[in-house]
Amino acid sequence: MRGQGFGFVAPLLVLMFVAFNAPIAYMLGLAFWEKGRGFTLQHYEGLLEAPVYLRVLGNTMRVALVATLANVVIGYPLALWMRGLSNRGRMIALSLVVLPFWVSILVRTYAWIVVLGNGGLVNRTLQWSGLTDAPVSFLYNELGVTIGMANVLLPFLVLPLFAAMIRIDDRLLQAAASLGAPPRTIFWKVFFPLTLPALAAGTLLVFILCLGFYVTPAILGGGRVPMISNLLDTLINQIPRWEQAAAISTILLIVTLLIFAAYRRLDRKAAA
Amino acid sequence: MSEIRLEGVTKRYGTFAAADNVDLAVTQGELVTILGPSGSGKTTLLSLIAGLNKPTSGRIFIGGRDVTDAPAQERNIGLVFQSYALFPHMTVLENVLFPLGVRKIGRAEADRLARDALKLVRLDGLENRRPSQLSGGQQQRVALARAVVFKPDILLLDEPLGALDRKLREELQVELKQLQRSLGVTTLLVTHDQEEALSLSDRIMVLDKGRTQQVAAPTEAYLKPANRFVAEFLGIANFVGLPDGGQALVRPERIKISSSGAGKPARVVEAIYLGQMVRYHLSLDGEGAKPMVAAAPFVGPAYATGERVMVSWDAADLWPVAK
Ligand SMILES: Nc1ncnc2c1ncn2[C@@H]1O[C@H](COP(=O)(O)OP(=O)(O)O)[C@@H](O)[C@H]1O
Ligand SMILES: [Mg+2]
Repeated sequence: MRGQGFGFVAPLLVLMFVAFNAPIAYMLGLAFWEKGRGFTLQHYEGLLEAPVYLRVLGNTMRVALVATLANVVIGYPLALWMRGLSNRGRMIALSLVVLPFWVSILVRTYAWIVVLGNGGLVNRTLQWSGLTDAPVSFLYNELGVTIGMANVLLPFLVLPLFAAMIRIDDRLLQAAASLGAPPRTIFWKVFFPLTLPALAAGTLLVFILCLGFYVTPAILGGGRVPMISNLLDTLINQIPRWEQAAAISTILLIVTLLIFAAYRRLDRKAAA
Repeated sequence: MSEIRLEGVTKRYGTFAAADNVDLAVTQGELVTILGPSGSGKTTLLSLIAGLNKPTSGRIFIGGRDVTDAPAQERNIGLVFQSYALFPHMTVLENVLFPLGVRKIGRAEADRLARDALKLVRLDGLENRRPSQLSGGQQQRVALARAVVFKPDILLLDEPLGALDRKLREELQVELKQLQRSLGVTTLLVTHDQEEALSLSDRIMVLDKGRTQQVAAPTEAYLKPANRFVAEFLGIANFVGLPDGGQALVRPERIKISSSGAGKPARVVEAIYLGQMVRYHLSLDGEGAKPMVAAAPFVGPAYATGERVMVSWDAADLWPVAK
């Protein structure tokens, strides 16, 4: 019985290996290999010697962290609000959250230029209302990149969170109330802990996606907000220094795996 | 410890009345069951008393205090849900500690109270389990411990044994009754099971379509039902014609069967062996209507299917019931 399906799955496995695993293996190979000399760590030494690389890595982490936090701060209340809606309201709100998924990231990112530019919607509103005299520059800096990334990735957090929230039985909250808990206690002791696994999973997903984001930083950062993926683009397409790019990619991969491992540990501890 | 009083309590969803002008007074320490078919408004009534829902009209008093507009948090009611509603992310002990933590009871004292409550429902030793690691009967007891640990003024139980299998249910009925009596807490218990209502209650309130049909002691509700609905809901009901054209109820165990003697001639259509009892379906001669049901202890003379018998009853065992 067990081996029976293998014949059907084998072509897919081969495809997976050729299309996904082989390139990663090749990349890892590049990062530790020097033509004619074999195994080497010199590409990593190169990374350490040029502080620009570490700065970009730190920069990427910071932007990813802020964008993720912004996502949580906006996404959690949004999902909570959606849970309280009628069935019809939920459907509408859900489509509004998912709708951007169907529009190309490129289009959405360019839309932010219209909204955030010096003559854009936000700046005109700010000046008209007298809050500022001169236009605030949102574009071509970290602020713009963060706003853009938070927007693009919001559904990745809101969807799992919303799914977890609607699974929470209202009777649990009623039980807590009848046991004497005020609304604040009901939220923090009952509701929030039950959404925590989904929140953690969504947050992690968003953070990892942030780390490797390319389009939005490239457009909204205008080349002035160097993130890892943009650096990789330069190293591969412009200089080109593939070994260096492979070494950086390897570090990124390891960081991502470490974060994921930490999450799994926390998750398992919570489940035990 | 308190009494409960409902005055004209009505809950409407649109034009539909889930509870319709319900009056009820439960005295201190009494156990009253609300008995009714599914959808008759039992849960609605409990949720109104617990404050999870607001009545459309009418007043609710607990211990003489009008709580109609008080939030659930301030009513000090122990509530056990039909689905138990245990907190899945907490251990058994943490579940039981929850109402004590809310009441700012010191850690050591709370711990002692919670462990006492768990001992009371015979769950000591399972403190660190999660609800998902417990059987249905055990979950039910955790819910019960959580509902009594903070010494509530009243206890509300929504079909607390409904999800359990029959044997366990009968065991827990006895335990529940003993627990309630030892705590002396005024209790309203919801059930759709008439045996449970008859065996547990000081009084029964029979509910149908949101309306009170009767409030009475079990024997009275069983033998002297207020109307035909109560008569039929509380067990097997035989109706016999009265000389004045009315109808009267006679319960199966009041019907006497003999092979010869006084009474009406009849034929045994079915003899059903039930262990302690035998139930006979009897077709009275000349009365084509549905067979009469009689129940007799198994130790007496037995009659076989198809046998001809004589059937009688005492006039004192008849109770007139409106059609
Ligand atoms: N929130 C609600 N909205 C509309 N109808 C409801 C609501 N809650 C209960 N009902 C209706 O009220 C009636 C009584 O329900 P319930 O009290 O749960 O019955 P029971 O507990 O006796 O089975 C049912 O017909 C049910 O459909
Ligand atoms: Mg119910």
